[in-house]
Parts: sequence; structure tokens; C-alpha cells
Amino acid sequence: MNIIKVPGKNKTHKVLLYALSTCPWCKKTKKFLLDNNVEYEYVDVDLCSDEDHEKVRNDIIRRGATPSYPLIIVDDKILITGYSPDEILEALGI
Amino acid sequence: MITIEKVRQRAEADAKTYGYYLNPDPDFLNELFEGIKRNEERYGYPSCPCRVASGKFELDRDIICPCDYRDPDVLEFGCCYCALYVRKDSYEKQTRAFAATTEAPTEKTPSTTTIAAQEVSKVKKKLWYCKQCGYVVFREEPPYICPICKAKRELFAEITMHADVRG
Repeated sequence: MNIIKVPGKNKTHKVLLYALSTCPWCKKTKKFLLDNNVEYEYVDVDLCSDEDHEKVRNDIIRRGATPSYPLIIVDDKILITGYSPDEILEALGI
Repeated sequence: MITIEKVRQRAEADAKTYGYYLNPDPDFLNELFEGIKRNEERYGYPSCPCRVASGKFELDRDIICPCDYRDPDVLEFGCCYCALYVRKDSYEKQTRAFAATTEAPTEKTPSTTTIAAQEVSKVKKKLWYCKQCGYVVFREEPPYICPICKAKRELFAEITMHADVRG
């Protein structure tokens, strides 16, 4: 799976973002993380192979959420669906 | 070849027809058009930029922009799922992040469809036809709007079939 790492100074939390390359809300989420200097990894799900897409879907369902994007997973436990700056800041303690 | 301008014109014409507005943020709007254009290029139809398409027309029919969910979403949330189409009052408020955290519909993929089909197997699917243009669809409920002639849901009627064996 093509996981892209974006470097940043805020490395306290492990941040994984599932996104779509065509979605402006996902772009806003990426920009928000970048602007806040958060180190994160992301996967553009629509660019994945069918097999990897299925893995992402299963991962999201396994965590009890509905596959929709953007979706952020903080430290493998906090899930944030949609573009939600307040929730991101709270989860990251910024 | 599909261009941003063509996508824009189509959305503007559709908004005008149905009394909607397009997203008031010009940069955001442009990104939406880019996404729709990209999907039309890779799938052959303009599926929603904020949902995963399967690439199979039959499965993605409901998420082709303007999607089946636009009208009820605009009614409930003030804009559609991706926030391309916006209701007059939301447009005037110039709210930027209206749709971000609204209830997200399940993404459309073949496997989702399978799961959904299993879940709704108790709900009986029926054949519905549009009394205005004759379009036929097989699902639990008639669509909110006819994808062909844009007739309202009320114009859909159920098709009932009887097998009659004689002799």
C-alpha cells in the first residue's frame, strides 16, 4: 500500500489519514495537519489497488467506523471522521 | 474531452434548474470541479469527488453528480455531501465548512453493496417505474428524483408482476 509520510515537528502522536485524492475536504484536512506542523501518514484510498482498498475498508470497519473520507486515526485508537479541526486539535493536544 | 469549464457549466445549469446555489468558496468550488473532472476522466462518468466509486456504472449510478442523495441532504443539512450544491440560506450565510462533519453515507463499492444487500435482504426490493419517462429501477424505495427525466419521487409507481399458469 502506498503510504505517504509527511514530516512535521509535532511527532507526539501517530497520525494516519485515509483520504481521497479528488476530495476537497480531504485536501483541507491535509493542509490543516501541515499548517499545524503535525507529522502524519496518509493513504489516498481512491488511488489504491482493489486489494489495498479492501484492506483499508476492513481496517476502518474493524475499528467500528463507517468507511468515509477523510478519516483520521490518532494513536490507533481515536477516530475522527470528516474535516473537523477542533477534534483534531483536541486529539493531538495542541 | 471534459474540461473544468464544462463541469462548471453543467453544475451551474443544474443549480439554476433546481433553485440551488453552488459553494460560495471559489477555491473550494474549483477543487470540487477538479475532482469531478478527474472522476469523469477515469471512470467515464462524473461520480462524487468525496466518495469512492467502484468504476462500474451500474453500482455507481446513485453517486453520479448530481447524486441521488443531493436533494434530501440539501434539505436536511443545507448542502449536499460534498457541499457543491448549497441551499439559499446556507449560501447567504457564507458558511464554509457546512458539510464536513455531517453524517457520512457509506462509501460505494461492490463489497459495500454486498454488505448492504445482506443487511436489507429483509426489506423486499421492488421494481419501480417513472410514470413520466418509463425509467425502471429495482430497489427498496423509489429514487428521490428520476435520473433520466428528473421527475420527483411521487411520479414513481411500483410494477407488480403476476405469473399466471393455465392449462
